[in-house]
Amino acid sequence: MTDSTKSGAPVDSGARKPSEHERNWERTQLRPALEKSPERSSEFTTISGHPIARLYTGADLADWDAKRDLGVPGEPPYTRGIHPSMYRARFWTMRQFAGFGTAADTNQRFRYLLSQGQNGISVAFDLPTLMGYDSDHSLAEGEVGKCGVAISSLADMEALFDQIPLGGVSTSMTINSPAAIIWAMYLAVAEKQGVDWTILGGTLQNDILKEYIAQKEYIYPPNPSMRLVIDTFEFGARHTPKFNTISISGYHIREAGSTAIQELAFTLRDAIEYVEWGIRRGLDVDDFAPRLSFFFNAHNDFFEEIAKYRAARRIWHKTMTERFGAKSPRSSALRFHAQTAGCSLTAQQPYNNVVRTALQALAAVMGGTQSLHTNSLDEAWALPTEFAATLALRTQQIIAHETGIANIADPFGGSYFVEALTNEVERGAWDYIHKIDALGGMVPAIERSYPQREIADASYRYQLAVDRKQKIIVGVNQYVSDEKPIEVLQIDESVRASQIERLRKLRAERFGDNVNRHLTALRKAAEGTENLMPQIYDAVKAYATLGEICGALRNVFGTYEETAVT
Amino acid sequence: MSEKKIRVLIAKPGLDGHDRGAKIIARALRDAGMEVIYTGLRQTPEMIASAAAQEDVDVIGLSILSGAHNTLAPQLIELLKQKGMGDVTVLLGGTIPEADIPTLKKAGIAEIFLPGTSTQDIVAFVRNRAAQKAH
Repeated sequence: MTDSTKSGAPVDSGARKPSEHERNWERTQLRPALEKSPERSSEFTTISGHPIARLYTGADLADWDAKRDLGVPGEPPYTRGIHPSMYRARFWTMRQFAGFGTAADTNQRFRYLLSQGQNGISVAFDLPTLMGYDSDHSLAEGEVGKCGVAISSLADMEALFDQIPLGGVSTSMTINSPAAIIWAMYLAVAEKQGVDWTILGGTLQNDILKEYIAQKEYIYPPNPSMRLVIDTFEFGARHTPKFNTISISGYHIREAGSTAIQELAFTLRDAIEYVEWGIRRGLDVDDFAPRLSFFFNAHNDFFEEIAKYRAARRIWHKTMTERFGAKSPRSSALRFHAQTAGCSLTAQQPYNNVVRTALQALAAVMGGTQSLHTNSLDEAWALPTEFAATLALRTQQIIAHETGIANIADPFGGSYFVEALTNEVERGAWDYIHKIDALGGMVPAIERSYPQREIADASYRYQLAVDRKQKIIVGVNQYVSDEKPIEVLQIDESVRASQIERLRKLRAERFGDNVNRHLTALRKAAEGTENLMPQIYDAVKAYATLGEICGALRNVFGTYEETAVT
Repeated sequence: MSEKKIRVLIAKPGLDGHDRGAKIIARALRDAGMEVIYTGLRQTPEMIASAAAQEDVDVIGLSILSGAHNTLAPQLIELLKQKGMGDVTVLLGGTIPEADIPTLKKAGIAEIFLPGTSTQDIVAFVRNRAAQKAH
């Protein structure tokens, strides 16, 4: 290759052996063209900084075997998707994350979204709930009902699902450190509605490892937190065969500023950690692995995202069959939810976000997602208004019904570029997975701040590229214009006041001795090694509050403080 | 001429764990030659005011993406006044609706940086502010 044609080539193109035809093209077509009009940049990269070559041909897939690496939809290694006919059978689940104010406020939004054709519920909790504090705790001041719904007890959970039959919807709950408790509340509501747990469908996020890595809503140290996660796996395997007890999440890792490869690698290495802990608990891998689900970001770089989802399925299949000896195909078929990238939304020219979100959603669908959340245009300002949330849902409906994309599984299968990129993303992810194996697993890696540091570095690199206009964000560092403010949703402090009143009433009306007895029993159980779900369930049903239950566990487990990496 | 380094405390008040912005700003200010202390997560206004006093900072940068800014930012300003630190410049970044900006500025927040702000604009603002105060 001559110097003039070298630019933009992938790093490891040394091994690439272009055909006679391609070499001829370089000489007779490309070189004169470049002399006449040089390329826009000396280097082309994805948004993650991954190099992209000028052209991909069969020479980029020399070691690639279509039968082994691509296969067909619904068959290992699931590169092309986990179902034989994909969206021809059924569209992905359109699942818009929602939650704000009181349980009654959010209940209304859920019922509205269901009436508009959404088919799954996804609950956003407020920060006090995520951190295991009741709405009346002093640290909850200013935060109640702000970035999600406030849930302090089973009474709030009953209000949240009022007139929503849990047997007929699937519910995803974005809750992590207090996941076991919130799940127990959900199960108690189901029981009150007379819904058999065996038909309950839904997903608990319950991914504590990514909290330490990225989202930072942890309460207890990693080891007792992992125990709680495995308790839910075990309980779920026994009682709720259709409920996903975890959604192993790369979304937040990406939002914290990781690259696509880091998102993929850290998520899958987290997953490996959970499987190892489950097996160590004595669970049969095929008893709980089918209930592991995943959650990825759908970011701006179209092909990189599609490659990421394809590589994710291939790595997971290999991991489950080879590393863990899983026998059930359901253990090794990676199912995932996708959400468009919140961090890509701009406060400037917010209507542009509708376009960004649509393109990101397109990548998620072409990458074979099982469910999807599309962000609203106003989320760089506040929680979405009903108008913005509806438009976001309509975006998915347009993709499903009008674009024709849902007619075909894995439309990019066999593309030289997408296959080569899938291979590269996969290789990059394996490198990280092996590094974390060498550190002794994800818990030790987190304790040494390894993934945290990798993400902080990537995030800073990206910011510098934006500041230097090496990466362009329309309306932010180019095509800037004056604009009028948009209308946003405001949550006032009356939510906290009404929650404080509800809690006062609850504490006065419930049978206090009963609550104390259950909390004492839970504390005692936490000191031992038994599965804590039954004790948590009993405490929840006695209307012990979230804060009281988390407090009891704090007494036994202690709390975690991170070493901040800047 | 040896210039005194500008001292900045980057703080995350409230329960919010979104620390991407705070970390980027901390690094950018440090790269610009300032002395930067990062509080870590989940600091109460009291903790932030004490850290600011202890570290004798010129500037406090608050990062809030949880919607709690109207409660937490004015609380901090009040505490700083009580401690006789009313001259410390307090900046705020995060998910802040435009409608809240006038009230926050009136409460004493020197500037509010919205998503999309270049780190270089923030560096320039902090430098200008320090230069003004030096005169």
